[in-house]
Amino acid sequence: MSGHTTLLKVEDISLAFGGVKALQGVSFSVEIGEIFSIIGPNGAGKTSMLNCISGRYQPQVGGIHFRDDEITKLKPNQRCHLGIGRTFQNLALFSHMSVLDNIMVGRHHLLKNNFLTGGLYWFTGARREELEHRRQVEEIIDFLEITHIRKAQAGTLSYGLRKRVELARAVALKPDLILLDEPMAGMNQEEKEDMARYIIDLNEEWGMTVVMIEHDMGVVMDLSHRVMVLDFGRRIATGQPDEIMANPLVKKAYLGEEDDALGDEEISTEGVA
Amino acid sequence: MNTELLMQLVVNGLIVGSLYGVVAMCFVLIYKSTRVVNFAQGEFLLIGAWTCWWLLVKFELPFWFGFPLTLAFMVIFGIALQVIVLRPMIGEPIISVIMITIGLSFFFQALMGLLFGHETKTYPQVFETASVNVLGMQVQTAYILSMVVSVLIMIAFYYFFKYSKAGLAMRATAFDQQVAQSLGISVKSVFAASWAISAVVSALAGIVIGMVNGVSSALSFFGIKVFPAVILGGLDSIVGAVVGGLIIGVLENVAEFADSQWLHIGNLYVIAPFYALVIILMIKPYGLFGTKDIERI
Repeated sequence: MSGHTTLLKVEDISLAFGGVKALQGVSFSVEIGEIFSIIGPNGAGKTSMLNCISGRYQPQVGGIHFRDDEITKLKPNQRCHLGIGRTFQNLALFSHMSVLDNIMVGRHHLLKNNFLTGGLYWFTGARREELEHRRQVEEIIDFLEITHIRKAQAGTLSYGLRKRVELARAVALKPDLILLDEPMAGMNQEEKEDMARYIIDLNEEWGMTVVMIEHDMGVVMDLSHRVMVLDFGRRIATGQPDEIMANPLVKKAYLGEEDDALGDEEISTEGVA
Repeated sequence: MNTELLMQLVVNGLIVGSLYGVVAMCFVLIYKSTRVVNFAQGEFLLIGAWTCWWLLVKFELPFWFGFPLTLAFMVIFGIALQVIVLRPMIGEPIISVIMITIGLSFFFQALMGLLFGHETKTYPQVFETASVNVLGMQVQTAYILSMVVSVLIMIAFYYFFKYSKAGLAMRATAFDQQVAQSLGISVKSVFAASWAISAVVSALAGIVIGMVNGVSSALSFFGIKVFPAVILGGLDSIVGAVVGGLIIGVLENVAEFADSQWLHIGNLYVIAPFYALVIILMIKPYGLFGTKDIERI
């Protein structure tokens, strides 16, 4: 793939917490329009990697480039303005706000009117702006099929719905790159299918590049264009799903034994859209 | 029973209560966005009142000029306080930050004493008539002004949190700073803004009280009085702060009345608000309007 279509480039990242080396010399790049998955056993450094990209952690060594910008030292909110959005592994909704308000927070960096100009609602374009934002938020709500709960308090919803609202909030940022940390954890098969469909639509229709961490191998292998495998903070493989499946190092990382094939259940792809 | 005195006291209670409400809102503003319980809230009143007094008396500025100048100073003061003292504490345990506000409270208390002395000083005459007659009752002009200003501030606060972009950002930041940041909100600016707003509005209240009672370190006692008001209303509710302030204001004055007419204890008005506080918290532990924790197990 040619260099100019690269959206995100991670170069030789190392991150340590005291003596614990969470990431060691990890490099990879994500092309525009890709669905890129990061997999690996528990504690492999997947979420640490995502946190480095979103800016929650700053790696001690290495650099991260987004488009043409070096973003390694930027704050999370600055990265958000450049077009990086994310969801969290353990739900991080504003549970006391309505679903609508939660999503509106996602529009924060796109809103121009402030407290004072907003007061002159009809004269400063605040009205037009608000209507435009409402329209876009409604579009997202429509797309993720959460219309029926838009006025509900976020904290009272079921787990699957909260996951969906969190995705809606990240989508509201209008990011070019969306980072999803285990979007399907704790979901039943039907909810997983829905979520898989949303991710594909986000990628194909909304034009978002997706970087995703997921444990469900079926989902990962079906959705991803490319997959990176981490183990003990090191990258052990990158490639297309079928290459990854056949990679002996990956099998070893997951099963601990070199000659064991992945069990049928783990590679099962049935029922995933 | 002396009905006229009771009426007068109730009206006084409402006016003082609305000032409690305003200061309580400032307190809630900081709590809502930063989770810090600000023990130096009363000192904001003190600093504002002294600054305005200093400008009016030492420089003989007219009120219409000295007053906005004080408010402008308080904006800078609020931001500076956040940037210099509190910003390095972002990410540290909240309890440490609260301890710092206690330290700040003592520090400013002492600094004001050093700069302006410890006796009560009075403001120059600001209004032509010191008090006006409302429905047969004498009410200080400054109190009328304070009532109007308080109501305006309350409406502005409500609007701010409910509908403005910054208000939404503050609510989001209060819930989770990391998440707010990942959604493009600058936590530092939100914090600076909330301290600045809180300092300005508190100073406003301080000036009004100073105009009526004179300025002295006793003003910072307001910061303590605000506690029952805030906890009564629910720590994180703007409406609760206002209602709590009014209740405490009226309760104080009615207790004073009951005390002077029948009970003769001597200082019932000081402790009455705290009795009410204990009783209400026994019935509603989150306060009247506080947010309950939502739990799905």
